Amino acid sequence: MPSLGADMESGKLVHWLVKPGSVVRKGDVVAVVETHKGAFEIEVFEEGVISELCAKEGEELPVGAPLARLAKLGEAPPAAPPKAPEAAPKVIQVSAPAPVVETERATETPASPSVTQPASRLRVTPVARRRAGELGIGLDALKGTGIDGSVTLADVHLAIAKGVSSKAPSPAAVPTARRKGFDPDEMRQAIAAAMSRSKREIPHYYLTSTIDMSRSLAWLETFNKQHKPEERLLPAVLLLKATALALRKNPQLNGFWENGRFRPSDGIHIGWAISLRGGGLIAPAIHEVDNHSLPSLMGALHDLVGRARRGGIRGSEMMDPTFTITSLGDRGAESALGVIYPPQVAILGFGRVFKRPWVVDEQVTARPLLTASLAADHRASDGHVGGLFLAAVDRFLQEPETL
Amino acid sequence: MTEAEIRRLACEILSDIAPDTDPATLAGDKDIREGLDIDSMDFLNFIIGLNKRAGVAIPEEDYPKLFTMDGVVAHLIRETQDLPGAQ
Repeated sequence: MPSLGADMESGKLVHWLVKPGSVVRKGDVVAVVETHKGAFEIEVFEEGVISELCAKEGEELPVGAPLARLAKLGEAPPAAPPKAPEAAPKVIQVSAPAPVVETERATETPASPSVTQPASRLRVTPVARRRAGELGIGLDALKGTGIDGSVTLADVHLAIAKGVSSKAPSPAAVPTARRKGFDPDEMRQAIAAAMSRSKREIPHYYLTSTIDMSRSLAWLETFNKQHKPEERLLPAVLLLKATALALRKNPQLNGFWENGRFRPSDGIHIGWAISLRGGGLIAPAIHEVDNHSLPSLMGALHDLVGRARRGGIRGSEMMDPTFTITSLGDRGAESALGVIYPPQVAILGFGRVFKRPWVVDEQVTARPLLTASLAADHRASDGHVGGLFLAAVDRFLQEPETL
Repeated sequence: MTEAEIRRLACEILSDIAPDTDPATLAGDKDIREGLDIDSMDFLNFIIGLNKRAGVAIPEEDYPKLFTMDGVVAHLIRETQDLPGAQ
């Protein structure tokens, strides 16, 4: 059972997507695990043959418990596996993703779901999954009509109307006493635990900077004029890329505080805070943000937000953000002073863009202004570094054509 | 497209985006983004859906006209009139 965040103690194995004898390759999604933050897809990081499934569907397991055993290709008889000889097969290592794998994958990115996920798998929105669980309806009995063929709440209600029997629910759909999946109360507890730890342990310092967005927004307007809606970019993408390039220049803010010291990360994997309908928040990573083009970053963000909302975030995306951005969007407040998500060492908050007076060439003029607020761990860096970082973000946003 | 067709299409797209809401109950002059609590990515998905399924071009400068259901109806009636095959 991989750890999908500092606040996770256990998880429920909801679905196996492989069976004994299945041949798996690096990056294959093998199972769906549910935590208080929703359902996540668990990838395997080695090649081999599944020789034994240790966890049953519906079983709750502590972090670190083996989910399955993996044999080297050719070592185990693929069809009818024996009761796992202790020595040969090794426990699938999913809790510590090899950074190398991520690097290799990221180069071929724009994380399009059709490339990395089997087409036949049932997608279920969190609210539908929960309702089906409450009603004891097996997910197999549902037909998806939502975006990408995912099962929505309406489909669950449709199934009831059609008289789908709830007497033989799949183990995954049985509501447990401690209902997990997407439970707003549980998620609140998880956020409470992580944020309390952050404020207890991390000496935050804060720096704020006002950024003139007129160049970035003008560039975006021209770009979007020439593109169809599905190819258009959101300002969020420019903020992501500018932040990643600024982190490249200030690596002291990109990484983890572990065992009393800072460990920088080679890759820039930015956690993007996504609020979930029904309450709660997750911040899964977009990998290697600095290596993406803007359109490919838009594709990755679009895909990530979609999967976060309907429940299809991969475990690795929860495990390895090296820095977090919280962006309030076009209906939010003016600025966001974040709380660092441990063991990360910094979080950048973007407020809403407002037109405000600004001095250009000794003249007061109306400009679209953005407040960028950095919260950083004073154990890992000093305000000087934070200031250089914010200045770099500003500089990149003044040259949108170079992003 | 008729007004009823446009409303049905818009509600269908919005239900997919915000499955826990009922867009049909939204007042015609209410800001859809506030009423359904959707963000800029959700709104872009709404535009993509309207563009693909109604077949009308929606340049970015027209977005503000589509912030309310009444606005969506008025805009799409006008735009679909000019499409080939429309009466």
